[in-house]
Amino acid sequence: MSEKKIFSRPKTLKDAPFHFCPGCHHGIAHRMVAEAIDKYSLREKTIGVASVGCSVFLYDYFDVDVIEAPHGRAAAVATGVKRARKDKIVFSYQGDGDLASIGIAETVHTANRGENITIIFINNTVYGMTGGQLAPTTLLGQKTTTSPYGRDFMQDGYPIRMTEILATLEGTAFAARVAFTTPKNINMAKKAIEKAFQFQKEEMGFTFVEILSACPTNWGLNSIDSMKRVEEEMIPYFPLGIFKERKAADVL
Amino acid sequence: MTETRDLVKGNEAVAMGAIDAGCLYYFGYPITPQSDIPEYLSYHLPKVGGEFVQAESEVAAINMLMGAASTGIRAMTSSSSPGISLMQEGISYIAGSEIPTVIVNMSRSGPGLGGIAPSQGDYFQAVKGGGHGDYHLLVLAPNSVQELYDLTILAFELAEKYRNPVMILGDAMIGQMKEPLLREPPGEIHEYPKEWALTGAKGRPQRVLKSLYLKDGELTAHNWKLHQKYETMKESEIRFEELMTEDADLILVAFGSAARISRTSVMMAREAGMRVGLFRPITLFPFPEPQLTAMAKAGKRFFVVELNTGQMLEDVKISAQGNQVDFFGKPPGALPTPEEIFEEIKKIYPES
Ligand SMILES: Cc1ncc(C[n+]2csc(CCOP(=O)(O)OP(=O)(O)O)c2C)c(N)n1
Ligand code: SF4
Ligand SMILES: [Mg+2]
Repeated sequence: MSEKKIFSRPKTLKDAPFHFCPGCHHGIAHRMVAEAIDKYSLREKTIGVASVGCSVFLYDYFDVDVIEAPHGRAAAVATGVKRARKDKIVFSYQGDGDLASIGIAETVHTANRGENITIIFINNTVYGMTGGQLAPTTLLGQKTTTSPYGRDFMQDGYPIRMTEILATLEGTAFAARVAFTTPKNINMAKKAIEKAFQFQKEEMGFTFVEILSACPTNWGLNSIDSMKRVEEEMIPYFPLGIFKERKAADVL
Repeated sequence: MTETRDLVKGNEAVAMGAIDAGCLYYFGYPITPQSDIPEYLSYHLPKVGGEFVQAESEVAAINMLMGAASTGIRAMTSSSSPGISLMQEGISYIAGSEIPTVIVNMSRSGPGLGGIAPSQGDYFQAVKGGGHGDYHLLVLAPNSVQELYDLTILAFELAEKYRNPVMILGDAMIGQMKEPLLREPPGEIHEYPKEWALTGAKGRPQRVLKSLYLKDGELTAHNWKLHQKYETMKESEIRFEELMTEDADLILVAFGSAARISRTSVMMAREAGMRVGLFRPITLFPFPEPQLTAMAKAGKRFFVVELNTGQMLEDVKISAQGNQVDFFGKPPGALPTPEEIFEEIKKIYPES
């Protein structure tokens, strides 16, 4: 009997079970980032920056050096790491509360300086870790534990589109939004994450991948309906695609 | 042999000390009265293969510092009071993650936007915590341009020795005055083992720098470990200067710029035949409590002078163990004159 191994653990991931809720997309995102690091054999020179949110235990899963940043400050910490160690590959992994709310200044300025780092941005439209409160990315009408009547733009404004914002900045080399809803989208996500690390390797500048992610627990949905929600409610407001792709290193 | 001393501004002496200590990275945001530090370093760091980064805020600056220092490279930030307030969360994380860093506070006056006059209103913030959690900075309080230079070099050394953030607490007066400086680089830089530094997990297990400990008993153990470190600092790192304390009946206790002014008052008292001395803590944490306690037990009385309404006073009172402690403080505004302090000395000088 011949068996072909089609599903193996990326070297960059430790042999540890994820603590994420069933149907949570953090796990898929972790695996894909690890695969990209493997693809370019970067594990031994990668330094990860963990943020405060459901992904805080990054170091329990990624077999790379990791520093844990204060809530919202991962981009600033990553800036410091990369400036001091330009030969390393530096990535941060941040939620939408972390990156788009409390840490938006650090995010925008890190991109604007063209820091040669990669940010993986998990947009799940809620503050997962603290119990599903309103995030800057919460969709209009979406009920959360702090928007019990649904997000109202008169009160909370519109959901923020980070990828589009960052794509406008000259320092950004690559900015894409992806999702895991279909095989085609999964493939696109994989390519985008790989491209981000490839760009960093080539010192092209700031790279950013937003992943539309399910948080079944705080959405009050099962895994399948969560996936549907990403497809039917999130993608129409947060369109997928590559919003910026620099052709050559900074020529300004 | 000639020693050349240049007339140097306090802030510049800090920057020179940083360069001579092998500091390669600086992250900061402009604020008076310390902007000469970033200005000097933005010019000189690139020349020594380092980098200067003007951060978008002090919040970003302290976190950039945390990142750079986590790789085992010498790095620093500087600011003044409101900026240091903004850094407190980051400082707490740095202390919790045990990352060697140097943070300079050329303090100005508060609360709030306050003013740019010299003040020692940040003593509590520097010495008692500032950020959340049970941690300590090692706090150095220079009182001259020369000491700003020397203590900056020492700060980098101590930060690595203890894997702890070190704060240099100066003020608008110390930072902006000019004095002759003998710039003597330390020569070889002592390298401490850095088996914690993030350099990529090549041929070794992963390294993690973090402050989150959720498993049973982990955080308790971590806090005790930090505590033990602070106890070791208390045993080994107390620094102070004494002036004519031996035969003194009354000892002025003052740090930084208040000590400079007090020194003149002590000389005036001596000329008037009073046995008055000066005790100047150079480390504010660890505080020279054992030294003060010994003097209190020998019957000395203390007179605390500060540019605030009474902060270090509390630590002197603890050290005095019930002996009388007098106080003269001035909130920000006009600096006290040596004459003013001398008048106070005359009022409280023990009759016998
Ligand atoms: C300064 C500070 N404020 C608030 C918190 C509490 N907090 C922890 S995680 C979090 C939000 C996390 O949400 P997100 O970044 O979207 O990540 P997710 O858990 O959804 O993946 C908050 C507000 C904190 N740790 N620090
Ligand atoms: S709370 Fe949401 S984001 Fe957090 S692990 Fe569970 S499903 Fe994932
Ligand atoms: Mg979230």
